[in-house]
Amino acid sequence: MALDQSFVGRSYPPTEPYEVGREKIREFAEAVRDPNPVYTDPEAAKALGHSDLIAPPTFVFAITFKAAGDVIADPQLGLDYSRVVHGDQKFAYSRPVRAGDRLTVTSTIETIKSLAGNDIIDVRGEVHDEAGEHVVTAWTKLVARAAEEA
Amino acid sequence: MTAKIGYDEVEVGTELPAQSFPVTRATLVRYAGASGDFNPIHWNEKFAKEVGLPDVIAHGMFTMAEAIRVVTDWVGDPGAVVEYGVRFTKPVVVPNDDIGALVEVSGKVAAKLDDSRVRVDLTAMSAGQKVLGMSRAVVRLA
Repeated sequence: MALDQSFVGRSYPPTEPYEVGREKIREFAEAVRDPNPVYTDPEAAKALGHSDLIAPPTFVFAITFKAAGDVIADPQLGLDYSRVVHGDQKFAYSRPVRAGDRLTVTSTIETIKSLAGNDIIDVRGEVHDEAGEHVVTAWTKLVARAAEEA
Repeated sequence: MTAKIGYDEVEVGTELPAQSFPVTRATLVRYAGASGDFNPIHWNEKFAKEVGLPDVIAHGMFTMAEAIRVVTDWVGDPGAVVEYGVRFTKPVVVPNDDIGALVEVSGKVAAKLDDSRVRVDLTAMSAGQKVLGMSRAVVRLA
């Protein structure tokens, strides 16, 4: 079923703030087995000019994808989430995510396309800190594969 | 932001040290917990096969997190990464054994930009297949 094109350009209100904790950053760095001390040792982070631990570059996806999930789960949109795969992912950073950040995400549906029976949707998530400063923008392309013939 | 590589030290074609990242089922379970992505295609073989996959596959975001290591280990400060994008072209298939899969990542400087920035193009392979396409990072050097 084709997706509702009227959703293109639609923006959603900012999410409730997500508070970035040191232990969550450490847990994530351990899970991707990245031993860079800038993720675990505040002194090492400060030595590089950061005010606290910073998060690995892809850490913020957990936050933006949750926000995007609320958007694409909108039943009016008509996306079959059980057939969705991740197509592309991109981030553009104003600064790294840091421990202590309280981040909000504002999601916008950028494009909706249908290609060979696949539904393709691009969602942009703008991430801001508590002061309203831009931290990072995440672009997520999701592809809902065409259902097989029964 | 304190990159340990100077802009003047690199040229187009400069190769970054390549790295290999092993991935087992245990790796994926740990990543699921840390990232909050509990999609069963990343840990449940029966489910993965029912939806047409050859076996359990790695989270694309896990592979993306590993691939940028080639850049962040090179520059030292991950805060130097200004942009990073990938296309998920093929899944990393992770069999249920002690060996799992291997993701091999290489990178080279593809362009010198203004403001001490360079673009690095990454190549990520697993089992002879290119698992990331259009994998590019822009990084600010010293």
